[in-house]
Amino acid sequence: MAFVSSGYDPKEPMKDRITDIGPRDYNEFYPPVIAKNKGKWLYHEILEPGVLVHVAESGDEVYTVRVGGARLMSVTHIREICEIADKHCGGHLRFTTRNNIEFMVDSKDKVAALKKDLESRKFAGGSFKFPVGGTGAGITNIVHTQGWIHCHTPATDASGPVKAAMDVLFDDFKTMRMPAHVRVSLACCLNMCGAVHCSDIAILGYHRKPPLLDHEYLDKLCEIPLAIAACPTAAIKPAKVEFGGKTLNSVAVNNERCMYCGNCYTMCPSMPLSDTEGDGIVLMVGGKVSNRISKPEFSKVVVAFIPNEAPRWGKTTDTIKRIVEAYAADAKKYERVGEWAERIGWERFFDKCELEFTHHLIDDFRDPAYYTWRHTTQFKF
Amino acid sequence: MAKHKTPLLDQLESGPWPSFVSDIKQHAEVRAKNTQKVNYQIPVDVCDDILGILELSFKHGRTHWKHGGIVGVFGYGGGVIGRYCDVPEMFPGVAHFHTLRINQPAGKFYKTEYLRQLCDLWDMRGSGVTNMHGSTGDIILLGTQTAQLEEIFFELTHNMNQDLGGSGSNLRTPSDCIGQARCEYACYDTQALCHFLTNQYQDELHRPAFPYKFKFKLDGCPNCCVASIARADMSFIGTWKDDIKVDQAAVKGYVGGEFKSNAGAHSGRNWGPFDIQKEVIGLCPTGCMKYEGGKLSINNRECTRCMHCINVMPRALRIGDERGLSIFVGAKAPILDGAQMGSLLVPFVPVEEPYEEITEVIEAVWDWWMEEGKNRERLGELIKRQGFQKMLEVTNIAPVPQHVQEPRHNPYIFWKEDEVEGGWSGDINEFRKHHQR
Repeated sequence: MAFVSSGYDPKEPMKDRITDIGPRDYNEFYPPVIAKNKGKWLYHEILEPGVLVHVAESGDEVYTVRVGGARLMSVTHIREICEIADKHCGGHLRFTTRNNIEFMVDSKDKVAALKKDLESRKFAGGSFKFPVGGTGAGITNIVHTQGWIHCHTPATDASGPVKAAMDVLFDDFKTMRMPAHVRVSLACCLNMCGAVHCSDIAILGYHRKPPLLDHEYLDKLCEIPLAIAACPTAAIKPAKVEFGGKTLNSVAVNNERCMYCGNCYTMCPSMPLSDTEGDGIVLMVGGKVSNRISKPEFSKVVVAFIPNEAPRWGKTTDTIKRIVEAYAADAKKYERVGEWAERIGWERFFDKCELEFTHHLIDDFRDPAYYTWRHTTQFKF
Repeated sequence: MAKHKTPLLDQLESGPWPSFVSDIKQHAEVRAKNTQKVNYQIPVDVCDDILGILELSFKHGRTHWKHGGIVGVFGYGGGVIGRYCDVPEMFPGVAHFHTLRINQPAGKFYKTEYLRQLCDLWDMRGSGVTNMHGSTGDIILLGTQTAQLEEIFFELTHNMNQDLGGSGSNLRTPSDCIGQARCEYACYDTQALCHFLTNQYQDELHRPAFPYKFKFKLDGCPNCCVASIARADMSFIGTWKDDIKVDQAAVKGYVGGEFKSNAGAHSGRNWGPFDIQKEVIGLCPTGCMKYEGGKLSINNRECTRCMHCINVMPRALRIGDERGLSIFVGAKAPILDGAQMGSLLVPFVPVEEPYEEITEVIEAVWDWWMEEGKNRERLGELIKRQGFQKMLEVTNIAPVPQHVQEPRHNPYIFWKEDEVEGGWSGDINEFRKHHQR
């Protein structure tokens, strides 16, 4: 493992330095049929789950086979993706916003072989490498964050619960029986690096215990004023603490005020708040980002807490499945999860999904909370 | 033989969905065998240790990654995230495990030649584990050591013509939808504008000068496939001003069942024959459509361009020709002060190079936010704190009813002195002449 220089000289970091060149030009990467017909597409159709055709003014067609992927992937896997793209697609491919991979070919007769090749590949453990699907009124891939694989503030894992949830939802990745598309996402803490605040179904990691205070090191590792200022509820104040016969500068936390957001921990590593029993999952539903029919909506909390049940998060995935089935059975065509809940009323939503309503689900966070309480005599028994 | 036993993770190898555990295991094996004779620059067994530490987290229900750490490449304040594990003796391969964000090409189209080059670089100088892609849009290279950061950056910039993305209090890597490349709904070229903005603001992307993060996202139409309206401090959403183009013959094609409605998106269930009255006319949020005598008519002046009818009948209805985009500001996830949806700032701007009408707005917004924003205050929070009027004032945009969902609920108007006749410096003695104490 001898060190191999790239050509960079640490003694002269500015020598031949290239900076601020930005990303590669997208024009280099378009498949020919895309480059030729860009901006001149007439219409598209989903031929079967996971297979789309787009037709251009020129009469050209591009057939897309969409496959799911764990966004966490190794270069061995990416090389296999490249091998497939070389074999079938002239060395071109693309990734979607929802971590799917799209293989494109320019004629219909190339689709069957591509699809067969993709579906034939499995990992040693038995899972599909490239399941075809994720289109139309179904459940496509889950947008998610890092979780325990790489993040310092998560309250749950990301790749694990996503794998568990997609296994449970797999049939709906492969079919299009939903009333509308269902967007599921996961964020492993309330920083919400994924767009869970506007998803049909959102899996959110949440802490429930205030930070622990590592007084001995706190003033050495942290800027105390920054930790205090980071708190959205002003729950942190400066404090003198007796420790090992010395008086140390530290902080005190008003636990009643803490919303467990972890912002203090982001500013100060001596205030960790991960906890096995404290941490778990919040489920939110009814958000959307599209402006179709109704305006974009935030997701609403419908399950306040489910413990982390590694490795398969059974209660979380069971609850999601129950919500999906209630929605599929009851919603009208084109109705998103949130539109359905609005139409039937949230009281009915809790009935139909067999979810318990508890005080945790009544908003009490600042002004917007008021607008979520009932201000009409119209409600259902 | 795996280095660590991972009985919990092993349970994620079964089931149909692609298993990241199987994938990392297969790559661990590739590294161990090293048939390609790669001169690995970080521990060969790094992938074993990733699985080992993740297994420990599955067991404990807690993360084992420490807080940040200031690492990066010379002259940049973003693009690299420092990461160290808190049990380095157990998992020395991932003791230092920094992330690099690589600025993805607009639209996320790739050639295999490029991806292979990136794989070779990352296999040799990092863990070989990636995210394709991160939530913001970058290619994420997950896990390398400090000494490799400059080497990777040198190779990226010299051999791959490729730069890092944003992190920290920077402009974050802009991202866009597939746009005109393969979508008939796109009202402007999202890739062109995304690429332009990314290059135009390289300094803001690489060197932290903002109060907090700032995101651009670009959606070609109101379907908002990249969630710009929910996730970007400034979102650029395609729209049009003139009439939806109608092909009456194709409308009949849908009504007669010749074409699959909604582009075939509902074919997994028998919803019965397509009913244009119920599924299109009846669901139009403004009620501006009619289908009478075999002819569809749209009162376009009342249309709010929600996309529903176009989504349902893409062969028959097309976006108008007077195209441009709307700019929304201030969207963000809940932390700290609650989630915010983007607020409409510019109802319509044509999208034409050199995009000056767009960059003028961006720069005016940044000037204000950099002057007035508190540490870690997102743009949306500043707008709430100082008021939307202030946003209009700094961008020199005239208020129009389109800016609000409804007018204000209270009369507590902060009048400006010059708006009130005579100003605020009244004469108390003059007043007292008519009003006793």
